Amino acid sequence: METRSTARRFLPAALWAAALVASYLFLQSLIGPYAEGISLNLTVITRRLSEIGSFLLAILGGLALIEIYVYQLLFRQPRDKRAAGVVRSLQGVIALVLSLTIAFFLELTDLIRYGEGALGTFIRLPMTAFSALNNFLGYPALSGLIVALVLLLIFGIIQRFSVPRVNRTGLAYLLILPAFIGVLFLIIYPFLFEIRLAFSNASLGTQATKNASYGLIYGWENIKTLFTGNVAKDAKFFEVFWRTILWTTINVTFHVAGGMGLALLLHRPMKLQGFYRTLLVFPWAIPTTIAAMALRNEFDSRYGLFNILLTNLQNWLAMLSERTASLILLGDSFTWLAQNIGPVSWKQDPFWAFISILISNIWLGIPFMSVIILGGLQSISQEYYEAAEIDGASKFQQFRNITLPLLRPVLTPAIVLGVVWTFNKFDVIYLITQGGPQEKTDILVSSMYKAAFMFYRYGFTAMFALVIFVILLLFTLLYLRITGGLKAATE
Amino acid sequence: MTTKPEKEHTTNLISRFLRWFFYRARGDSPFKSILIHSALIVACIIAVYPVLRVVTISLRPNDTLLTTSLRLIPENATLNNYKEVLFGDPAKHRSSDFFLWIWNSISVVAITSIVSVILAATSAYAFSRFKFRGRAVGLVFLLTTQMIPAGMLLLPLFIMLARLKMINSSLGLIIAYAVTTVPLTIWMLKGYYDTIPIDLEEAALIDGASRLTVFTHIILPLSTPALAIAFLFSFMGGWSEYLVARVVLQKNAMFTWPLGIFTFAQQFTVSWGQFAAASILIAIPVMILFLYSSKWLISGLTLGSVKG
Repeated sequence: METRSTARRFLPAALWAAALVASYLFLQSLIGPYAEGISLNLTVITRRLSEIGSFLLAILGGLALIEIYVYQLLFRQPRDKRAAGVVRSLQGVIALVLSLTIAFFLELTDLIRYGEGALGTFIRLPMTAFSALNNFLGYPALSGLIVALVLLLIFGIIQRFSVPRVNRTGLAYLLILPAFIGVLFLIIYPFLFEIRLAFSNASLGTQATKNASYGLIYGWENIKTLFTGNVAKDAKFFEVFWRTILWTTINVTFHVAGGMGLALLLHRPMKLQGFYRTLLVFPWAIPTTIAAMALRNEFDSRYGLFNILLTNLQNWLAMLSERTASLILLGDSFTWLAQNIGPVSWKQDPFWAFISILISNIWLGIPFMSVIILGGLQSISQEYYEAAEIDGASKFQQFRNITLPLLRPVLTPAIVLGVVWTFNKFDVIYLITQGGPQEKTDILVSSMYKAAFMFYRYGFTAMFALVIFVILLLFTLLYLRITGGLKAATE
Repeated sequence: MTTKPEKEHTTNLISRFLRWFFYRARGDSPFKSILIHSALIVACIIAVYPVLRVVTISLRPNDTLLTTSLRLIPENATLNNYKEVLFGDPAKHRSSDFFLWIWNSISVVAITSIVSVILAATSAYAFSRFKFRGRAVGLVFLLTTQMIPAGMLLLPLFIMLARLKMINSSLGLIIAYAVTTVPLTIWMLKGYYDTIPIDLEEAALIDGASRLTVFTHIILPLSTPALAIAFLFSFMGGWSEYLVARVVLQKNAMFTWPLGIFTFAQQFTVSWGQFAAASILIAIPVMILFLYSSKWLISGLTLGSVKG
């Protein structure tokens, strides 16, 4: 009995191990002969893993130390008067070092410059000490470890001299702290940086922020360029702005209409529904990058799908017009069609280039809407329709008076999100036309991207980004005012 | 004599098929049903055909890449493009970076997703269950960040990463991706925690459990599906991202796969065949995963939206 249970306990693990070894051998035999042609190897993998691992360790360790510090602030109090002096002074020292480190970080990333005076030296003090330690030891990891141990020692002393304290909401702050630090570092700080950058003349010539000058005058300069000058290279702000509105409206309209149409077609007891649904979400399921690149290929003037189809259509119409030449009206109209329908220069003609990105984005976006709307349709009880049927309502009346109002809770957020996403979505544009020809298919966000990373106009781009942000914020506030969504969200 | 029963059999089959086909669609007349099915078939063709074209291009031999033929399976179909993408081309002394790109993508996106789910899991719980000072401000702030264009914070982040010497490193890209995933994940998980009845926790608290025990022993196990959705969501978000990666990564060895397959299109001689083959190799697992998980992805979207 004993042996059997042991065998049972280890059997799954042994089987897993065997499966792992077998799959490794299988892959080895499959890839082995070609291994020389593959640039990924074990060295690359281990190096990356150690890089990311140490990064994560540093972040988690730092977060843990800060958590302990905040925990002691919230949940511990000094044992008596004498202990209070020790605890408060130790905590004060840590707070000072922490704020000096943050201040140093601000200088390191060039948000603020303290200069070479007494203030600057004072702020750089902890970092100077740390790099001295680093130079002495030779390994950054080791010195980091020593700093962590010293901090832990200090925390131990504080713990010794303090007693627990009741705090009802303290845990909330402890739980939020890591994400808060993340958001501070990832969103608030870059945002402040952006505002500062907007009032500067930073560009490639000033080596980004290295030699940039700051001041209100530069901000004014940037605003003036934005509204009167060129936003990326040639395009003007309002031209791009109206195109963005057009882009957003057309896309969202088609997404909702197409999605609604497909959802209504699918929403009935029918055979093959699952099959259709699977096929219809293809454009959503395929990675956007691949879809956009593939579509770019299809807009080729000669070998692309669209022009092949158009050429075939033209040939067919020409043939028809030849056959029906004797019939006056029909023949003439076919001739006219054959002359006017034909391959299009998707890349060179700004109008057709814009149509090409619209087609692509509409194709990509319809499945999402149709799935969302179908979900909404399925949540509407069938009883409403039965009642309406009895009262003699037509199908259209049912759609207008039952489906649409009951779909609103699903449709409104979907449309608002769709508007914001489409407004910001330019990977399709960037991958298919790159905003060309002559920036005639750029929208605001893609112009901004180009201004920053193609023309290196950093200060200007920051101002541009702030203006786009204000536009979106106004739209969001308007939406929240209309729906009262803010209150519901925070309750 | 022998043909007659056979014919009867076929008509029987057809009628049986028709009866099967229209059985559940009794509400619609056969004519309407045919219209609906044909409309759906046309829509399906429009949805699938461009994807199939990529398969076609990937199968074409190199000398007939440029053709106006619309055949789905090309003449002289070959798997050469796949072989070249996967294992390089020894004749041209070109090694394959395909696995390297996939590895770069996976390492960056998986770490981003894990970190953001960990950060979000705890703070979303605090937002959902505690009434503390700054809660409303925090939530509105998180909502606002979802309206920030992804490209907007890219410039300051880029300069910041450049100053920290994190350009061209996967760490930089992890940081850049975390900007969008962390707030979104917090918002989604908060929506999910709100749906877990509070009675469970109160019972445990009365029994003497601490808030932290409640979180780790009740809430976290209960929210495993939501955590998985959140992970999947941020993974899908970063997986095929192109624009941010293009800014942060400039060295070929660091490229994630969207940047990688773009190099096929940028080379001196555009190698559409290899581009298509690489796309298919990447898209198939992703699409299977997506089709399998789309139901949960949608529920994840509604998790994030304002709950009823």
